[in-house]
Amino acid sequence: MTEMLSFAFMQRALLSALLVGIAAPAVGIYLVQRRQAIMGDGIGHVALTGVALGFLLSTNPVWMAVLVSSIGAVVMELIRWYGKARGDLALAMLFYGGMAGGVMIINLAPNGSNANLTTYLFGSVTTVAASDIVAIVCLSVFVLAVSLGLRRQLFAICQDEEFARVTGLPVRLLNLLLAVTAAVTVTVAMRVVGLLLVSALMVIPVAAAQQATRGFAATLGLSVGFGVLVTLSGTVTSYYADVPPGASIVVLAIALFALVTALAAPLARRRGKAVARGEEGGTLVADGEERRQEGAAERPTRV
Amino acid sequence: MRKAQAPAGAQDSEPAIAGAPAPGAGAETDAQTAPAVSLRRAYATLGGRPVLRGVDLTVGPGETVALLGANGSGKSTTVKAVLGQVPLTGGELELFGTPLARFRQWRRLGYVPQRSTAAAGVPATVREVVSAGRLARRRFRPLSAADKAAVRRALELVGMADRAKDPVDALSGGQHQRVLIARALASDPELLIMDEPLAGVDVVSQEVLARTLREQVAQGSSVLLVLHELGPLAPLIDRAVVLRDGRVERVDNPDQLHDLACHPHGSVPQREGAAKIETGLSMGEPTPGARV
Repeated sequence: MTEMLSFAFMQRALLSALLVGIAAPAVGIYLVQRRQAIMGDGIGHVALTGVALGFLLSTNPVWMAVLVSSIGAVVMELIRWYGKARGDLALAMLFYGGMAGGVMIINLAPNGSNANLTTYLFGSVTTVAASDIVAIVCLSVFVLAVSLGLRRQLFAICQDEEFARVTGLPVRLLNLLLAVTAAVTVTVAMRVVGLLLVSALMVIPVAAAQQATRGFAATLGLSVGFGVLVTLSGTVTSYYADVPPGASIVVLAIALFALVTALAAPLARRRGKAVARGEEGGTLVADGEERRQEGAAERPTRV
Repeated sequence: MRKAQAPAGAQDSEPAIAGAPAPGAGAETDAQTAPAVSLRRAYATLGGRPVLRGVDLTVGPGETVALLGANGSGKSTTVKAVLGQVPLTGGELELFGTPLARFRQWRRLGYVPQRSTAAAGVPATVREVVSAGRLARRRFRPLSAADKAAVRRALELVGMADRAKDPVDALSGGQHQRVLIARALASDPELLIMDEPLAGVDVVSQEVLARTLREQVAQGSSVLLVLHELGPLAPLIDRAVVLRDGRVERVDNPDQLHDLACHPHGSVPQREGAAKIETGLSMGEPTPGARV
């Protein structure tokens, strides 16, 4: 373990894995809440065009990907507002346009080939450079400031958008901010898990957490914990087993989901029975059976 | 539905009211205080189809107004227009005396949407949902102890305080409706707007709803309700506005309206109808119209 930590490339890898493990579920939870879990995947496709543009213009692919995927996310949000009919088709065109644009542009770039894209498509956390780290840290701070600092407002919008508008919140602005934040998260995570797998890290920790939780705040906390757990353990696994980190992180996340689901099912059953029985457990003393029946029949609420 | 359409045929006996719907809606405006809602000659379209065709609606301070009408008559659209969620293509809207374009005091409104059965993708507790209502006052500031107390008070008002930590998905329809009402009450609104609050709600929750409304009205709040039938709320309604095809068909006092809602064909024995209004809130014996 200490040997692993003595390598600078592993220090950078673990730091970026940690940041992505926190940021991806913290943003993903809002997309899951709004049933837009697949949006991260779409942004990932669009980000590919940004990466390729970075190569073509000889600038940093990460910043270019931030720019292009943010534009893509804003366009998706606008389609959601205005394009009521066949919005899914418009989104599909955006997704595949982004993918095709990336492949086309990278081949126009000097010395460019699809091989350059592979590290971005599947992630390559062990090749994160010192200059990348600065970008990753800055972008992660932005993502966490939005997703945690505005959690009440974003929760209200994703829970009931119409009601949020009536409370006077600037719903459109917050929706655009959330879209841009999701785009930034995708670009931060692309070096760790890759653009094709980034959505998994935004969605699976949330899906796993909500098997065991009853509220939003608890789900947010637990999913961030799960995110950190799988990104760090996945990165370490790839160091020892020599497998791509992105793939091992996603496989670990799915295994964690299966484990939590298996453990949570009996828990939920017991809890359900307790709720059905009412909470008069404390007052059930001598003639408990009788009172329980009475309570079930006459008292739908615990007044 | 059948009932709500019926007043068209049953109104012959009151030509004076039915003949002048537009000015009638604003007749009770208090000269000193601006009405909570003042909608004048409102026109609106949904998907190119005209839905509101000159609706007048006034809710005075402390007044409880029910909007009635068949499905598609424009009740919900009227409410959404009042909330600024459906743009008017013609007419004017003032909230608390301020034109909608300049209105910013959204915390004075409490909105209870029609209960949707579609659950969000992530679990949320009762308290988390009700706390969202407090954002109307807090906006981007963190919630204070006073905000948390207001949320608790709202939950107590609807008798759901002991379920604060339960996930909303685990609630029955009536309990869910009460949570949505608590969310609206959390911002201490002066105008409560409810869209079909009785739909799919059990008797106990109907009683809680009626009691909560009575308390709000006693504190001086104004209320605008979309209803299919008056049911246990009949004694609370000051005025009922019946919509038909996007127009105000008639403005009634609740006594006649109760009869119309419960007995659309005018076959009700008058004495019985009147008695039901008075006793409409007795526990366990709701009015016959409540869930017909």
